[in-house]
Amino acid sequence: MSNATIRLEIPHHLRTLAQVNGEVTLKVPTPVTLRRVLDVLETRYPVLRGTIRDHGTLQRRPFLRFFACSEDLSHNSPDDLLPQAVADGREPLLIVGAIAGGTGRLASRGARRARDSSFVRRRGD
Amino acid sequence: MSKVRVLAGTRKGAFILTADGKRDTWDVSGPFFAGWEIYHMKGSPVNPDRIYVSQTSGWFGQIIQCSDDGGKSWYAPGGGLQKSPQGWPSGESNRFVYDAAAAPLTTHQWYDGTQHPWEFKRVWHLEPSLTDAEAVYAGVEDAAIFHSKDGAHSWQELPGLRGHGTGPAWQPGAGGMCLHTIVLDPKDANRIYIAISAAGAFRSDDGGQSWKPINKGLRSQFLPDQDTEVGHCVHHIAMSPRRPGVLFMQKHWDVMRSDDAGDNWREVSGNLPTDFGFAIDVHAHEPETIYVAPIKSDSEHFPLDGKLQVWRSKTGGNEWEALTNGLPQKDCYVNVLRDAMAIDTLDDCGVYFGTTGGQVYVSPNGGDTWKPIVSHLPPVLSVEVQTIA
Repeated sequence: MSNATIRLEIPHHLRTLAQVNGEVTLKVPTPVTLRRVLDVLETRYPVLRGTIRDHGTLQRRPFLRFFACSEDLSHNSPDDLLPQAVADGREPLLIVGAIAGGTGRLASRGARRARDSSFVRRRGD
Repeated sequence: MSKVRVLAGTRKGAFILTADGKRDTWDVSGPFFAGWEIYHMKGSPVNPDRIYVSQTSGWFGQIIQCSDDGGKSWYAPGGGLQKSPQGWPSGESNRFVYDAAAAPLTTHQWYDGTQHPWEFKRVWHLEPSLTDAEAVYAGVEDAAIFHSKDGAHSWQELPGLRGHGTGPAWQPGAGGMCLHTIVLDPKDANRIYIAISAAGAFRSDDGGQSWKPINKGLRSQFLPDQDTEVGHCVHHIAMSPRRPGVLFMQKHWDVMRSDDAGDNWREVSGNLPTDFGFAIDVHAHEPETIYVAPIKSDSEHFPLDGKLQVWRSKTGGNEWEALTNGLPQKDCYVNVLRDAMAIDTLDDCGVYFGTTGGQVYVSPNGGDTWKPIVSHLPPVLSVEVQTIA
């Protein structure tokens, strides 16, 4: 099994917890799935366990969403393959806290990207 | 010279307020964990520099933080960034999993009267052991009590409480079905008191293995059966360490007293202008001197007539006096939450409370006069104070 280099953007508060700046780069076993990305992330940053998905059920926390390549992946199976552009490291996987409105001048780059995607753009934002 | 360290948990972070024994000039540090809700923070009586913090978020769930240097630096137990020869840290300090093997994960009453499964949401209260700095209890929503013996690295439920046969009758209060109060008996290591909104008060006499409801004498108009074993909305319980077994309770409505470790309660609201409220505490050296912060009603969570007042009884209840010197007496519409009052142990006992308006007040003379330590914090959820020699 080989590893792919994945780019991941996580919300501000989780970056603070994990003491990281900007994107997180992870070596993830192929084929790349959301479950594998999160498994690697939580191994590398144990403090993030339970903050993105429930400790016991591994269900996504309700107010977090997963985006990549302008697609909302939040309701996909965690065992689905992520888009090839993510697996290739050309596009980041975005983990985004639920947001509503605002211009977000100080919002994280990931949040802005997600908001700007066609899946979450709202009139008046 | 002694000093005091006030630990203030707010909706948007933690703050530490320090002063010498005069309690006149204060240093303010924080916010720590900025942007997170800090439901509670409390220092170990054994090692005051060990502070436990409940850090929560509707987005990211529960985090437990610790300090070993009195709040100068913090860490999430077991969440380090370095790989040791034993492997990566477990990162399980925020893992609160109900012990379904010991007590089936049943249901409790939901707001609409239907049954609803137990679901962990957050830690409301952390109560460090009186004898071991590495041991700490956690009161959580949905109501249960957890225990850590390893400095909050890992948690185990004490399932005898949730497994108590009355569980299906427990119901959430407006803030959720939370275990918000834990009182440890300094003279009997096996005796623990807890309170749940809205189930009532419980006591364990065997170190948390088994529990009994202690709600006899409580009266709640919203309950069809006034003698029900559980269902009362207890807001907080306080006890003087000098006199374990005598308990004071701020119930939803009513201030109550028990002289037999909770077996029987009687109302001591006396001449209070309103006996609704959340916070209650006992003087450090005078076990019959108690403090409450009356709130207008369960529908209007602010002081009566816009006057912020602490009321003190020096007779163990029934006879109360308003303490107003230094507190705003007009246009004040804040609330004082259940864990937002604390008492220091200096000879001239200090009393502290925080408000949802972001003020933390101190009285360095047992309530006679007050002054704000800070006035513009986020809404204050909890206040604890450490008296440090």
